[in-house]
Amino acid sequence: MLQIIKNKEISSRKKAAIHLAAIFLALLTASVFILFMGHPPLKVYLSMARGAFGTSYRFTETLIKTIPLIITSLGISLAFRMKFWNIGAEGQIIMGAFGASWVALSYPHLPSFVLLPLMGLGGLAGGGIWALIPAFFRARFQTNETIFTLMLNYIALQWITYLQNGPWKDPGALGFPKIPNFSPQAVLPKLFGIHIGWLIAFILVVLSALFITKTKKGYEIQVIGESEKTARYAGINVSRTILVTLFISGALCGLAGMIEASAINKTLSVEITGGVGYTAIITAWLANLKELRIVLVSFLFAAMIQGSSYIQMAFQIPQSAAQILQGLILFFVLGSEFFIRYRIVYRSRESGGGET
Amino acid sequence: MRKIGFVLSLSLLLLALLAGCSGTDSVSKDMVAGFIYIGPPGDHGWTYAQDKGRLMVEKELGVRTIYKESVPEGPEVKDVIRNMIDQGAKIIFAGSFGYMDYVEEVSKEYPDIIFLHCSGYKMTENMGTYFGRMYQARYLSGLVAGLKTKTGKIGYVAAFEIPEVIRGINAFALGVRDVNPDAKVYVRWTHTWYDPGKETEAAKALLDEKCDVIAQHQDTAGPQQAAEARGAFSIGYNSDMYSIAPRAYMTAPIWNWGPYFIDQIKKAMDGTWTSGSYWGGLEDGIVDLAPLTPNAPAEAREIVEEMREKIISGEFHVFEGPLKDQSGKIRLEKGHVMSDEMMLSIDWFVSNVVGRIETGK
Repeated sequence: MLQIIKNKEISSRKKAAIHLAAIFLALLTASVFILFMGHPPLKVYLSMARGAFGTSYRFTETLIKTIPLIITSLGISLAFRMKFWNIGAEGQIIMGAFGASWVALSYPHLPSFVLLPLMGLGGLAGGGIWALIPAFFRARFQTNETIFTLMLNYIALQWITYLQNGPWKDPGALGFPKIPNFSPQAVLPKLFGIHIGWLIAFILVVLSALFITKTKKGYEIQVIGESEKTARYAGINVSRTILVTLFISGALCGLAGMIEASAINKTLSVEITGGVGYTAIITAWLANLKELRIVLVSFLFAAMIQGSSYIQMAFQIPQSAAQILQGLILFFVLGSEFFIRYRIVYRSRESGGGET
Repeated sequence: MRKIGFVLSLSLLLLALLAGCSGTDSVSKDMVAGFIYIGPPGDHGWTYAQDKGRLMVEKELGVRTIYKESVPEGPEVKDVIRNMIDQGAKIIFAGSFGYMDYVEEVSKEYPDIIFLHCSGYKMTENMGTYFGRMYQARYLSGLVAGLKTKTGKIGYVAAFEIPEVIRGINAFALGVRDVNPDAKVYVRWTHTWYDPGKETEAAKALLDEKCDVIAQHQDTAGPQQAAEARGAFSIGYNSDMYSIAPRAYMTAPIWNWGPYFIDQIKKAMDGTWTSGSYWGGLEDGIVDLAPLTPNAPAEAREIVEEMREKIISGEFHVFEGPLKDQSGKIRLEKGHVMSDEMMLSIDWFVSNVVGRIETGK
């Protein structure tokens, strides 16, 4: 009979093999789907790769899409390490972008070297405070942070919708609801052809890794993640650590929002996140919350997004079909987590017992 | 180890399955035209009409076209444009008002590419604007609605408080007024171009207020379905929506983009293209009124045809003074015809419209 057994430890090599198998299975399943739409699957997949890496322009696009994914995944990972399920990155990005935009629109004439750091602070504060709200309620009243952070996303989104249709509406846009563009000083400069956000992401990866492994707070976060009771017993101030960590977690997401608003949007809009806040949950999780892997997984995801956007145009595949493709890959990869944690064995009734 | 073997065999299987399917992207023809859509081509409205134009381009010119659907009016459109250029697009039609600033920004980066932005007012050396005098067709549809209404209340589901939409509502209301001086047009804003749910809800709210004819400036047929479900009547938009609401739909102001697209692409291929602003009307056929269905009042046919001819010949102007706004103030003196500048920046309603404009000024 078939039995499901929990795996104790699994070698990272085996894990990689399982993930790889999942991706292959996903592509296989998706090819049936692509065939149904009347396109040759292999050609579509090759085009997807070509769309993500084929020219230096496309490669740059992929890198630009990687930046917010990395920073947001770092922010989410911090909270996840504590087993604080921060689903609110989307809202924290939005509120970070809001903070940065407030600075940019209030002081458009400041020189760049003053304005950009201030916008950065605005982003950190906006995202940080937005994450602090559910953290406070969790620390004080044991509320469920998953629902709380999720709901705050919608509030943040509606807040921007309100600003866009009301107080911040651009009077020069003849009634069309958009927020005015930033002044040129409020736009992040480029370094080696890509906006400087990549350098910020790189620095944050290093800092996060150091923070978790080398500082006392980082250690405390890991202990709380293992067991809150143990942490209490060890004399760690759990409530305070939750508040501090969530502030940092949200602040990182907020900074991603600032970067997107400044370098990409050059203004604030309801479309600012492009779903990064949700995608980053998946990338953080698949990266096992480890900084270097976050870089790799974020890059692969960005390539997938860029690639499917390319095939949509190249093969005229409807938007929703390109999303189904993405969804299938996700489904299989996430589903394979099951086989990493458990395994199915076949055992005859007589033999029974004994680990294989 | 067995798992790795499993993976390997799987990948072999995959390759075997897909062998013979490979090939390369073909970018053989020189001219590639890109189209950016706000919704999906299946919306049966705005994007559907544009996609019909694109297909006409493919058929008549044999030019390769690429499109991207459901592109939001945000920075993503810059990405889309750059990707299209990367895929060889030489001329790009950006089909929604909110793309304007982004198209303008990218147009400066690519001086060799031709950009055409729909319904905006910003132009550069290589970015032109195009639109149609839809208000003429809307006026005609207003005649139909005005003759049909029993309650004297006509509902109008509208997207954004921008001149294009306001102009359309005014033209429609003037059509209503000319056949039914007592009827009023009730406006409800959705603040979205494409949201079937919201559009339907807005139409239902208007029906609740005893409106018995529903018109729309939206991209889907949601308001048509709402009218159909309540046994009311409706005026569509963008394309013929008879099949969607067979008992409610009377007619629709419609777009016919194909000839314009073809003209611009030909000019781009000849090298005779210049930046500019195109605003054609009924006389060009870029806008028109869809055939009246049996749901429309019988007496409408003759009046519509008569006014249509008069507009084309230039004998009649939709916006001609005296025109009063909602407060009774004269906005256009008797004997004056509204200038294009005034039409393109209009921010007030004519007197028989019930609704508010919040422009945030």
